[in-house]
Amino acid sequence: MIEVSALEKSFGKVRALKGVSFEAPRGRITGLLGPNGAGKSTCLRILSTVMTADAGTASIGGIDVAADSLAVRRLSGVLPHGSGLYPQLTAIENIRYYGDLHGLGRKALDTRVAELVERLDLSEIANRRAKGFSQGERTKVALARALVNKPEYLLLDEPTSGLDVMATRDLRQWLTELREQGCCILLSSHVMQEIAALADQIVIIAHGRLAASGTPAQLAEQYGEDDLEQVFVDAVNSAESRTGATA
Amino acid sequence: MNPIAAVCRKEIIDNFRDRRTMFSTLAFGPIFAPLMFVAMIQIVVDRTVSAVEQQLTVPIVGIEAAENLEAFLAARGIDPDPEHGIIDLDSAAIAVANGEYGYAVIIEDSFADNLGGDEPARVTIIFDRSNSRDTERVQRVQSAIRAYGERIGSLRLLARGVNPAVVRPIIVDAYDISTATGRSALVLGILTYFLLFAVLMGGMYLAIDTTAGERERKSLEPLLTIPVSRTSLLLGKVAATVTFMLVSLALTLVGFGIALPYLPLDELGMTSGFTPITAVFAFFLLAPFAVLGAFLMTLVASYTKSYKEAQTWLGLLLIVPTLPVALATIMNVRPTQALMWVPSMSQHLLITELIKQGPIDPLMMAQSVISTLFYAGLLSLIAIKLYKREALLG
Repeated sequence: MIEVSALEKSFGKVRALKGVSFEAPRGRITGLLGPNGAGKSTCLRILSTVMTADAGTASIGGIDVAADSLAVRRLSGVLPHGSGLYPQLTAIENIRYYGDLHGLGRKALDTRVAELVERLDLSEIANRRAKGFSQGERTKVALARALVNKPEYLLLDEPTSGLDVMATRDLRQWLTELREQGCCILLSSHVMQEIAALADQIVIIAHGRLAASGTPAQLAEQYGEDDLEQVFVDAVNSAESRTGATA
Repeated sequence: MNPIAAVCRKEIIDNFRDRRTMFSTLAFGPIFAPLMFVAMIQIVVDRTVSAVEQQLTVPIVGIEAAENLEAFLAARGIDPDPEHGIIDLDSAAIAVANGEYGYAVIIEDSFADNLGGDEPARVTIIFDRSNSRDTERVQRVQSAIRAYGERIGSLRLLARGVNPAVVRPIIVDAYDISTATGRSALVLGILTYFLLFAVLMGGMYLAIDTTAGERERKSLEPLLTIPVSRTSLLLGKVAATVTFMLVSLALTLVGFGIALPYLPLDELGMTSGFTPITAVFAFFLLAPFAVLGAFLMTLVASYTKSYKEAQTWLGLLLIVPTLPVALATIMNVRPTQALMWVPSMSQHLLITELIKQGPIDPLMMAQSVISTLFYAGLLSLIAIKLYKREALLG
């Protein structure tokens, strides 16, 4: 389980997170939804241990991210915004590099890479350098790279941005497979439809605060709205008015 | 695989495929540095040798009225240019200023009369001091004319029954004790700078690519989510940078080894003491400097916000090691134990001594190596601290 509790983070005078709390259980896909600048990336960066929170706690699998970041990193795989592949390396080399850094032995890595190439359908681009890849191919390889250590927790920042319909559908299928295997998946997006299509439960944040959370059905009921798009707008607006009241 | 080794290996493979990095490593140091050096020395040799021996043709106004002077100059390889368009001081100044002539001589109209009488006869040389190409030639013409005047002066004294030595109370003899190899050290001293430059240049793009470049490509963030300490990541990257620097250094030494025998150093009365053994010693003296340079460049580059900014700063950094080297060359500094604590200066002094084939104190070599590595160690602590900052992500 991923647990975030009263998380706060400021960059200079900008308060990116003003006390966000939510949970993402194992075996489910949790969608972190919010408008641009809501604090989604900051939240994921704290969970992926590249940043530390000013206040509040975050833990993955019961391990505090600030207390034992290396242990947290061993359990998780991260797909950051923008694939971050090395353009001069081939798809396989990109994946193997992370395998080496995870300390996988040569044989274990060979098996794992073969598995990932097969499962993510990478054979065509496996030995091509990443600089010529399409956005879909880059996301695919970056996902394979994030999965090289068989993570129990997967953090994805805007995985669908720039993907066409087919690629989005493939991504949905792989994430569903991973969920079946018991993986805990947390992904962010600013598009309600994508979250609705991918996630089992939704956490909406706006202006650094939690705006609403629940399954799509619960949210629809709570806001008395069938249209999830409208639910999103209402939740963001109400968060905005609350922020205005406290300010 | 050890994570430091894994990072180092990846960075080497990655940058081996990058044309810009390969160019600065393989082309700049090993090919351009020796070529530039040979060209520089060639120009120096040409100027020195030719200015002394070459037949000079000089525009001289009013030479018709000074036949004896003409004959005197001709005996010293200086001929008047028969077809010059110069008529007076002003036109001479214009001709020299616009580069038509490097210099010109004007003999005043009353030259013959004054020489016959007791007035000094005036000869004017027009030249441009900022044009160093002709400095040697101007001096040659000037001293030839002066020698002519002195000879006439001596004859006049003799005619009056006075020993010309009376008006020359002091004779200065210059006695140069520098050995042929020692003289070449001054010229070859520039060589150490090229070597220091090749070291830094060889790793410059790697230092940028592994820090600012990695951040700009957005590959740094996922890398930091891997269960490897940031210290290991940094050390792996610096190890790759050092590797490239050492390859560049080794190739540059080979380049100089090939190029130097072609230099006409004999014409300058010099011999080159640059043997394969010198090269091996130079390599091991400069290797610690590569470690220092790699940490310094990585540190500076990881502080910058973008690839371009890193390029600007590291470009400036390339000049830093020139300062001690320039100082040592200008002030003709001799190696002392205290100076072994100054990086780039210590390497320069020791390699210059190696080339001079002078005696080298093994203690000084050890001091140079240890002090340079000590500074590298200090920088590594700062670099590691900086690499752990959150702002590293930009």
